[in-house]
Formats: sequence, structure tokens, C-alpha cells
Amino acid sequence: MTDALLALRDVSIRFGDVETVRDVAFDVHPGEVVTLVGESGSGKSVTALSLLGLLPDTATVEGSALLSGHDLYTVDSRTLRAVRGGEIGMVFQEPMSALNPVFRIGTQLVDAVRAHRKVSRREARQRARELLELVELDAARVLRSYPHELSGGQLQRVVIAAALVHEPALLIADEPTTALDMTVQAGILRLLRSLRDRLGTAILLVTHDMGVVADIADRVVVLRDGRVVEQNTVTGLFQAPQAEYTRELLDSVLSLGSGPATVRETEAAAPLVTVTDLAVTYRVGGGAPPVRAVDGVSLTIGADEVLGLVGESGSGKSTISSVLTGLVSPSAGSVQVGGVDLTRANRRQWREVRRQIGIVFQNPASALNPRATIGASIAEPLVVHGERGDHGARVAELLTAVRLDPGWSGRYPHELSGGQRQRVGIARALALRPRLLIADEPTSALDVSVQASVLELLAGLQRELAFACLFISHDLAVIERVADRVAVLHRGKVVEEGPVAAVLGAPAQDYTRRLVAAAPVADPVRQRERREASRALSS
Amino acid sequence: MNRTLRFVGVRLAGMIAVLLVVSFGTFAVFYLLPTDPALMSCGKPCTPENLAVAREFMGFDKPWIQQYFDFLGAIFTGRTFGTGATAIVCPAPCFGYSFQQNESVLALIGDRLPVTVSLAVGAAVIWLVAGIAAGVASALRRGRFTDRAAMTVTLAGVSAPAYLVGLLGILLFGFTLDVVPVSGYVPLAQSPVDWAWHLVLPWLVLAFINAAVYARLSRGQMLEVLGEDFIRTARAAGLPERTVIGKYALRNVLLPVVTVFAIDLGTLLGGAVITERVFALPGLGGLLVDAVHQVDLPLLMGVSLFAAFFVVLANFVVDVLYGVLDPRARVS
Repeated sequence: MTDALLALRDVSIRFGDVETVRDVAFDVHPGEVVTLVGESGSGKSVTALSLLGLLPDTATVEGSALLSGHDLYTVDSRTLRAVRGGEIGMVFQEPMSALNPVFRIGTQLVDAVRAHRKVSRREARQRARELLELVELDAARVLRSYPHELSGGQLQRVVIAAALVHEPALLIADEPTTALDMTVQAGILRLLRSLRDRLGTAILLVTHDMGVVADIADRVVVLRDGRVVEQNTVTGLFQAPQAEYTRELLDSVLSLGSGPATVRETEAAAPLVTVTDLAVTYRVGGGAPPVRAVDGVSLTIGADEVLGLVGESGSGKSTISSVLTGLVSPSAGSVQVGGVDLTRANRRQWREVRRQIGIVFQNPASALNPRATIGASIAEPLVVHGERGDHGARVAELLTAVRLDPGWSGRYPHELSGGQRQRVGIARALALRPRLLIADEPTSALDVSVQASVLELLAGLQRELAFACLFISHDLAVIERVADRVAVLHRGKVVEEGPVAAVLGAPAQDYTRRLVAAAPVADPVRQRERREASRALSS
Repeated sequence: MNRTLRFVGVRLAGMIAVLLVVSFGTFAVFYLLPTDPALMSCGKPCTPENLAVAREFMGFDKPWIQQYFDFLGAIFTGRTFGTGATAIVCPAPCFGYSFQQNESVLALIGDRLPVTVSLAVGAAVIWLVAGIAAGVASALRRGRFTDRAAMTVTLAGVSAPAYLVGLLGILLFGFTLDVVPVSGYVPLAQSPVDWAWHLVLPWLVLAFINAAVYARLSRGQMLEVLGEDFIRTARAAGLPERTVIGKYALRNVLLPVVTVFAIDLGTLLGGAVITERVFALPGLGGLLVDAVHQVDLPLLMGVSLFAAFFVVLANFVVDVLYGVLDPRARVS
């Protein structure tokens, strides 16, 4: 075995009295991809940021991190600056905010080049152009662009280009694909892999996604509560996990093709929701043509059916749910909920329709009023719609239904974990016994171990209470787990629709096929096969 | 380029529309006042005949809406009051005529404007630079001595009334230390050194009062920007700290500051009444106060309109400047 490029020993990181990382030790060898995996609060990002001295002043770091001989934790600021962007390049989670909005990409890359090399602006620009070509972007155009003119995937490529300016021996990537669409994620992972192959760059990749781990890692370090619970090769980890925690983590991962996908016979009764030729256009102003967010969509949702709506960002998923709740008016087409035509409904009818619809939002942390007790939040729909009777009893009943302690109604959201907060969100959505539940990415903000139980809860409640459900997600594995039928949206149009097993198992349309191929599977062997199949598909 | 021109064109048209509304409003308010401007020029004893003559001479006998259109027309064509040997000619662009001072309003404003512009622009430059510097320095040393000291001083600046600061300044630097002149104005063309020397104290007083807001604004903004992801990216790329702060962060700090600055400056160009009074500077503020005291309606109208013009102009400049500073705000 070659000497380690980076060696962490006894690393502990504290914020005040709170120890977020404890006695962490691992190595990264030249040309190797090591993933640091764990759930939120496991200390994985903090560990990664500490290597470049990017933690806030309130953090105290102990231990050592040796990078080709010198300790990153004790170097002076001049050496640290040489390491940053010189020996270590860094890629962040949010490409949309990682670049300065008021400078052109060209300016920012030129500055990054000139931070370490005494070259003229012209030479630096030439280097920037090479780098953008390396990350497979249209260099001439991107150099002149401002960040807001590029997509998330393009921006992440720019950030990677900036990290590669000085051909670092090590690239640290902190959740580099979490904020991106599946197909874009697949492209970024392919790029990282090829950079390793072409430039021999070692990669330390922080992620919570076992699919990403299976796709790219050579070795895996599993963190929990700031401690290393397992270090393993990627095949070793997936085939024979050593730690109990790793096993639990792997068990809770949803992968496409592993779900039950039990075909439920739904009765061919009149559907609860009928959407016909729906079109929504947004005016953008400045003389630009209006954006067609939804373009001739027809859908039905049966009275006790779960319709999965899947698509990438900008495909029109959320616009459709906004039309159903009356937040957006359709430009054309008709929408019927329980026999009421929403395009012609009067105020009284709208009120009735809204009473029949419950919504679960994506981010439970911001969807609950932080200054209201969870009991008050759950009772709010009852108050708004003037329900009589004992609200307290109904709240207790709902809390029990979402498997929370009914005695918790006096607690505040900050006292709850993410998964518990989302249960509160579900309880609130069900307060009025809705006939339709809209769940807009209800598990995207949750850790995997929590995600599975929230999905199970939703599915159980749906069976028990038999409401219709519009389940919106970008995650095919989640859709496969909960939905009866699925509609695939692409640029405002439904490209494919049908029973889940049929659509995701044997997609008929090209776009669906690409979407299915891009979703990484938490199994390195299967993922390699899928990757090769996906390459064949795109070529 | 075409889009930019269109943007500027639309904004200019909007500006003119706003000025029309402002002028109409001002006109309505002043001319519907229960004072008769003709009384002031009617002489003593003021017989009803003399009053009627004076009214007719000044044009106050016509319906006020007619007077408004006469006023607007005069801006383009000029105006003649009375006839024959006693006629008073107010050449285009005529913004009214002060019968009490026997001078066209435009000439009166023209006399005073250089003083106000000198005072406002000089002070603005000082407070902008000092305010931003203090704010940025505070943000970078958050919670430490520099930060606390700067914020305490700015608190004093925000809360102290202008006349108090002005009088204390005169007392300390003018009389006790006797280093700068405390009043009067020397035109720039006459002696640039004396011009600046006479303005130093008023500049500093105005700057002290206004810089406080800028220091606080840029401190808060800088703290926010320093927490942004792109600052972390810049640091992770190994950029020197002076580039990270001085270029990447500062440009983002300037965005909201510029908006406030242009409007403050626009307002100040309409006349800094108190500061001008304290330092006996013959600026627009003084002219306005005099006009109010003497119920000189044409003059009051003219000065108000000019003040409004500067505010509207400042807003226009903000719109254009914002597009320059923030590419996201550009018309795409």
C-alpha cells in the first residue's frame, strides 16, 4: 500500500461545549475515492471543512490532519492559503449559491488561477478556458456568463473547474450532487470519476446517499454522532457490513427495484380529481416569451389511489399542486375536485374544496410556525374552518395516528427531530379528514433512516383512511414505494403514465428510461451494470 | 444595447410623469392656500383697485388650473408679466418669477445651487467612504473593541440633532481650537482652497450625522455576506483575504448601500436647511425658509419642484446603477 496522501488522526472538533466530532481517524491514498457517509449531525461536513480551515471561529479542532507531511491544523495562514485551492480543491453542496452573483464566471476563475500563479490575466483566462473544457462546458459562453444565467448542473461543473485550477492532489466534495436533479447528478458523478482516472486526483466525498457511495467510492468511512463506526471497502461495506449501524442504514435505504410495488386493484369508480388539458403560463416580463410551466397535462386520481408525480426541477410538479390548491390559476384546461370545477368555482365552493385537501410540505422545519406549539399547529385547520367540538381530543387522536405521544401537543417544533416534525405536518394535513392529500416531496429533507418510517406511516394511513393522494417526488425509489400509479413529467408535459411497476420497471419512453438509469442504486455491483447500461443508452 | 436604451427611455418617461404629478400637487397645495400673493406686492395703502391690478399683473386673477398650465407653458416659452414699460420678462425656461425679490425663480435658485451642491456632494463623499469603512471594519472585528467603539460613535451620530452637532463643532473647532472658519461661503471659481476650507466643518458635521446610518447598514450587510457560500468558495480557492473582502464581499455590500445613498444625496440637494442655517451658508435650504416666511409663492413652488426633481433624479440613478452593480437586476 502506498503512503497516505491525507492522514487524519485523533481528530476531535468542538463548538463550545458540544463535541461534534470525536477521535476520527482515516486515510486517503493518492488516486483513491473515499466517501465519508453519515446522517445529518454525524459530523461529516464539519470534518471536511476543518481540513481547509473553513470552520467558524467558534470551533476548536484537536488532533492532526497530515497532508503530504504537514499538519493542516497547525499550518500558518500563508501555507493554509497555498493549500486551499493549491493542494486541495473543494466542491460544495449548493452550486446556486457557491459562486459570487455579481461577477462573471470568467472573473472568478481568473482570480482563482491568479491566487496561486503569477501569470497575466490573458494566460489565466486561457487556463480557465481549458478547465471549463475539461468539465465539458461551452467555455467561451460560460466565461462571459453570470452565475444566474447557468443551471445548477452547469454551476456545479464550474465549481469543480475552480477546484481543479492547480491540479490538486486531493479534491474534497461536500454533498456535491445533493441539490441537483438525478440525471444531472449522474453526469457530475461521471465527471468526478473521469477526473480521477485522467488526472489521478484523490477524492474525499461527503454524502448521505448510499446510492452515490455505491456509484463512486473505493473505500467508505461511516460516521455516526461524530465517531467512525466502520471503515470498509465499498464492496465489503455493501456485502458484509461490520457495524450494526451500517446494517440499519443500508436496510433503510430505498433503491429502485427493491420496493414491494404490490399491485393494488383499485376500483374503477369515478375519480376524485380530474385534470384535463391543464396549461399554466407565467409571464416573465422584459419582453421575453411567457414560460409554459404546465403544457397540456391530463391526469386523474381515484378516490383511494396514490398517484406519484415524478419529474426533475422545473418540470411543473409543484405548479400542478398549486393549481389544485388555488394558489395558481390555470391559463387553459379544466380541473375538477370532487365534482367541482375549480376554474369556475365561487368563494364558497373553493372553501369547501380546500377543506377537502390536506398538504404535507417538503421542509418540516419551515412549514411549522416555530412560535406555536405543535398542538396549536395541528388544530389550526380546525379553527380556520370553524370546526366545532373538542379540538384537543382531535389533536390527541391525530398525534396517536402519526405515532407520536399525544402528550406532546404542548411542545414546540424545535424540541422535535426532523422526522417527528414531518409527522406533525402529516397530522395537520389530516386534521380535517381530507379526501385528497397532496404530499410535495415530504421526505426529501429527511435522513434515510427517518425517510423509510415516514413513508411507511403515510402508506399505512392512506390504506386505513382511504384518501386520494398526489405524491410529488423527484425520487423514483420513493415513488415506487408508495404510489399505485405514476405520471412522469418533463418540461410541463406528461411523457409517460401508468402503473408504477410497469412505468418504472419497463419504461416505454426515452426520457423515463434515462431517469430510471440515472437513479443510483445502493449496490456497487448492480450500480456498475446500470452505469454501463446507462452509457449505452445515452450514446 | 437596444434593451438598455429602452430601459433608460422608459425610466426617463416615468421620471417626467412623476415630476408632472409632483408639480401639479405642489401647485394645488400652494395656490389653494388662503393667502393672496398679490397682497404682498400691492403697496400701501392697498386699495381694492390696486389689488386687482396687482392680481392681473401677476396672473393670479385666472382660475388656478389655468395658472398651472401657464406655469408649465412658461417653462418652454418664457413669460411676460404686464404690458408696456412696466412689463417684466421671464425668459424660457421660466419657473416662475419672485415679485418680492424682483428676480426670476430660476436665477434665484441658480445663485444658491452651487452652495448646496458643494455642501451636499462634499459631505456625501466623506460619509460614504467613512461610513462604509467603519462598517466593514466593525464587521471584521465583530464584538471586539473596534466594533463596539465604532457602533457607539455611530449611535451618537444617529441620535444627535444636526443643530447640536453643528453648534458643538463650531464651539470646539471654530472658537476653542480656532482652526477652521465657522461660517460663510467662498465660490469654488474664486478660490478652491478657501472654498474647501470654509466647507470643511459643515461637511464633517453633515457627514457625521449621515455616516452613522451607512456604518450600521454596511456592518450588517458585511456580516451577512461573510456568511454566504460564495465567500467560503473564494476562501477555499485560496484567494487572498484582501480580495475576498475587498472585491468579493464588498461589491455585494454596496448593493443596498447605493440605493440608500442616492436617495439621501437627492434629498440633501434639495437643501440642508439646518446645516445651512447653522453655518450661514446661502444655499437652497435658506432660500426655501425665506420663501416660506415671506409667503413668496412662486419661489416656494420653484424650490419645492427642484427638490422633488433631485429626489426623482436620484431614484433614476439608483435604477441604472443597480443594474451596473447587480447583473441579476439587468433587463434580460
